[in-house]
Amino acid sequence: MNATTAAPNRAGRNWRGLDSDTALIYGVLSLVALVSWGLILANGGQINVANTLVRSVALGMVAVGQTLVILGGSLDLSVAYQVSVTAVMASYVMQGNPDRMILGVVVVTTIGLAIGLANGLIITVLGVNPFIATLGMALVLRGVLNSSFDNFAGAVPEQFQVLGYGAIGPVPLAVLLFAAVVAIAWILLRATRFGHHLYAIGGSEETARLSGVRSGRVVIGAHMLCSLTCVMTGLFIVSRLRAGAPWVGPDGNYDLESIAAVVLGGTALIGGRGGVLGTVAGVLILALLDNLFNQLEVNTFLKDVLRGVIIITAVAVYALRTRRGRA
Amino acid sequence: MSAGSPSTAAGFEQELTRPWRERAWRQTRGAAPIFAILLSLLVWIAIRNPNFTDPPVFLAFLKRAAPLMILAAGQLFVIISGEFDLSVGALITAVVVAAAGLTEGDPGRTWWVIALLFGLGAVVGLLNGLITTRLRVPSFITTLGMLLVLQGAVLFWSGGAPRGSLPENFRIFGRFGFESVPVIEQLPYSVIILAFVGIVAILLLHRTTFGKQLFAAGGNRRAATLSGVDVPLVRTIGFVLSATSAVIAGILVGGFAGISQDAGAGYEFQAISAVVLGGAALGGGSGAMVAAMAGALSLEALFTLLNLLGLPKPSRDAVQGLIIIGAVAFAAYRLRRT
Amino acid sequence: MRRPTRDRIRALAAAVALTAGVTAGSVLTAAQDSTPATGPQSEFFVQEDFEEQLRLRDVAPEGPADEPWAQALEPEFVDTSEYAKEGPYKICFSNAGVNNPWRVVGWTTMQAEADLHPEIAELVHIDAEGSDEKQIADIQDLLGQDCSLLIVSPNTTAALTPAVEQACAELPVIVFDRGVNTDCPVTFIKPIGGYAFGADAAEFLVDNVPATGNILALRILPGVDVLETRWSAAKAIFDESNINVVGVEFTEGDVANTKSIVTDYINRFGSIDGVWMDAGATSVGAIEAFEDLGLEVPPITGEDQQDFLRKWKDDGLTAVAPTYPTYQWRTPIIAALDILQGREVPKEWTLPQPLITNENLDQYLQENMPPLHYALCGCENMPDFPARWGGEGS
Repeated sequence: MNATTAAPNRAGRNWRGLDSDTALIYGVLSLVALVSWGLILANGGQINVANTLVRSVALGMVAVGQTLVILGGSLDLSVAYQVSVTAVMASYVMQGNPDRMILGVVVVTTIGLAIGLANGLIITVLGVNPFIATLGMALVLRGVLNSSFDNFAGAVPEQFQVLGYGAIGPVPLAVLLFAAVVAIAWILLRATRFGHHLYAIGGSEETARLSGVRSGRVVIGAHMLCSLTCVMTGLFIVSRLRAGAPWVGPDGNYDLESIAAVVLGGTALIGGRGGVLGTVAGVLILALLDNLFNQLEVNTFLKDVLRGVIIITAVAVYALRTRRGRA
Repeated sequence: MSAGSPSTAAGFEQELTRPWRERAWRQTRGAAPIFAILLSLLVWIAIRNPNFTDPPVFLAFLKRAAPLMILAAGQLFVIISGEFDLSVGALITAVVVAAAGLTEGDPGRTWWVIALLFGLGAVVGLLNGLITTRLRVPSFITTLGMLLVLQGAVLFWSGGAPRGSLPENFRIFGRFGFESVPVIEQLPYSVIILAFVGIVAILLLHRTTFGKQLFAAGGNRRAATLSGVDVPLVRTIGFVLSATSAVIAGILVGGFAGISQDAGAGYEFQAISAVVLGGAALGGGSGAMVAAMAGALSLEALFTLLNLLGLPKPSRDAVQGLIIIGAVAFAAYRLRRT
Repeated sequence: MRRPTRDRIRALAAAVALTAGVTAGSVLTAAQDSTPATGPQSEFFVQEDFEEQLRLRDVAPEGPADEPWAQALEPEFVDTSEYAKEGPYKICFSNAGVNNPWRVVGWTTMQAEADLHPEIAELVHIDAEGSDEKQIADIQDLLGQDCSLLIVSPNTTAALTPAVEQACAELPVIVFDRGVNTDCPVTFIKPIGGYAFGADAAEFLVDNVPATGNILALRILPGVDVLETRWSAAKAIFDESNINVVGVEFTEGDVANTKSIVTDYINRFGSIDGVWMDAGATSVGAIEAFEDLGLEVPPITGEDQQDFLRKWKDDGLTAVAPTYPTYQWRTPIIAALDILQGREVPKEWTLPQPLITNENLDQYLQENMPPLHYALCGCENMPDFPARWGGEGS
């Protein structure tokens, strides 16, 4: 865990709070896991860790991307529709034909990068607040999707479904993919100049710029990476569903839930503090809570209340700890 | 970022002594484009639908726009102070569902239920404000959590679907008006309420010490604190005002359309878009009440126009998205030039 | 010299964004003008299914006379002895969601039905909250929980097919409401369907609106199969008549939206002589749009929600209410016990789908029930009625 702390320090951030925050969140994660698995065992059920992990993959990958943009002081509210765009276009291009798999992946990756680039340019070059820029982008994507497709479009070939259902030994392929995305994001943040600059910009864009960081490029890069994670999630979902439809992203609530997972994982919404490991824990906690709620048969509407309270409480605890840490 | 907002303690002192008219003008000037946009949208609508200029038809349009305009007025207080309020849509739904469940269609209960709803609004606003300012939770998260809590709680309380019904004397505010008024035929109550809320909001923001402190709190927190502004208090009041505006909007929406469990869906983003269209900067410190309400009216006009143009619903979304981005980009560009 | 150039680029980009919005608008308007008022037929429309459903409306159901949820139209029974086992049973249910009043009434009714049977030790319910992806994972979770039988109400037909296939390999499965693209479930329970619903409403308007009258069609959302079939059936019927459909609009199920759209159309066309709705949740909003303008309410269609039925009765409207009965939520529990006790069940269990008209309106109007309660719950004689469904008194 030592290496994790080096990078933000170099970027001039106070990193002590972060490290213990990460420890705290993993403590909470273990507690939630123990309680929910204990209850399942008590009810005579089986614990299916693989399935819990697979449940977290879709939200998890988006949340990793969201972590990057949030660390840079930005935000992406268009992720849900980006997921839809990928899912729809992938099945539309592939049309069930195995020979078109690579073409499909190339097309959706290109579109994804273009959307990320557009988000980044609107925010940095046009100077539009990220909240409005990506909200507007979400509306645009929704409009284009719904006017072009009104149902499941095409299909992905059976071979492609390996991504969603395949496993190597006991480990689902999707979980490995998720782990790879997390690892790459972690390395990017900790061991590259891009990562250091991102923390610096999120901490204070002005200071970063004065110390020679080309903040525009870094923010645009973060948005393109975030869009890439949406592409991965879209591909994963389409492989699970066999075909993509315009509603798969918004139905999964990936926009607000990814932000919730990020802050639950201890990343500050104003940027500059946090990291992907916390986000992973945040995502897993949300999944385990779902599991726990299902076990306890918590009323559906009460679940929302509990989620709201948990998110606010978690962030309040981080805020309190940060203040204590400074004092 | 913050034209017309004081950025130092000295600037703030100077600001306090400036005549309010000049101050209001300085705060509104930056938003001039929204009035041009609004005017061209209205003219375009009138060209497509000539009877739009008939007083009754235009008033019906204002009546429809009233909830969003009131909501935008409330949201502006929060945004000027540097925060967000995402919980207003869920609060509108809660107001409509709670009103139906509590009155159960009994006109005798209308007044105390309305009083109770304002109480609920005050509590929600207070909680939003206290959690944000005292517990230091970013308002995006506070109000997102509040959104989930309200949405879940109200449906949990009513068993998943709204119960009861709204009595006629509750619904009149959003639905009816003074009849047989010369020229305009009917003067909708919601337009009167809108005018009242608008005037109060303008005075509160641009003519009172609270208003000045709000701009100061959003513009430069440190400077504001140094000049003796209780920033947490001012921000909390902003949240209470926003929640109150949502209660009023909820009463109008419930009156206009009746019971629905989706009554407030999407209003939070529309209100924020309206305020931003009206030239206010997210992040705080700048904005003007008239412009924010004009922003809301422009959004409503845009919906009407796109409807009249016969655009299918999906492409309306896309156009709306482009226009919001374009308008804000344009405002950012102007701001940088001055 | 750098800054002014950048500023100009920004201004240009902002202008481009704005113009792009406006041009996209005009291009789309142009495209819109060349298509007929009812638009092209839905991709979902299947002529044979349409005709089959219209035919089924006149078929007499088999089964107990006063229990439409236990009846079936033209059942073809399948043997289920292979699934017979000793009770008590643990029945598992993967639910697409309880995100609207129709599903809330249905889910309440299903729980009440399960309570009637002591052989059912446990009814495990997992709510997918309207997400395909979550429902697939839910089904996989349920497979590890030692269920006697799995009931699935799929969120979407295509997406849930693989998960249901996977479940079929391990235990008996019952699918209801929306279907799946596989015949592996032991039985698929549904009312006649969306074509019959849409056609009932459209035929009523063709019969009751003057020949050249203006009709406004209001739909909730595009792309949802059960709603697409309703509209495509209505479209087929309108296109064959002389009726003039002046607009097809999406309300997103929002009452305020509905009221505004109807008001706009009345202002634009002078008069609207009939309103077709693909679901009843916003019918009252449409009615009020006429009332508030001081106009007489034209023939209108709705659904079996109490607020609409009450308005219909109170104001003496010319109306009809096709139904998509919530009593179909009782049937899966009944079928589950049939299967687990080895009794034969219809392979495709088609339930009757009553039409509420002026003649039988009183039978479905229940004064003590909440406004969004669906009259065809078939729950009136169940324990704890009406309180459990949010009603008052006894």
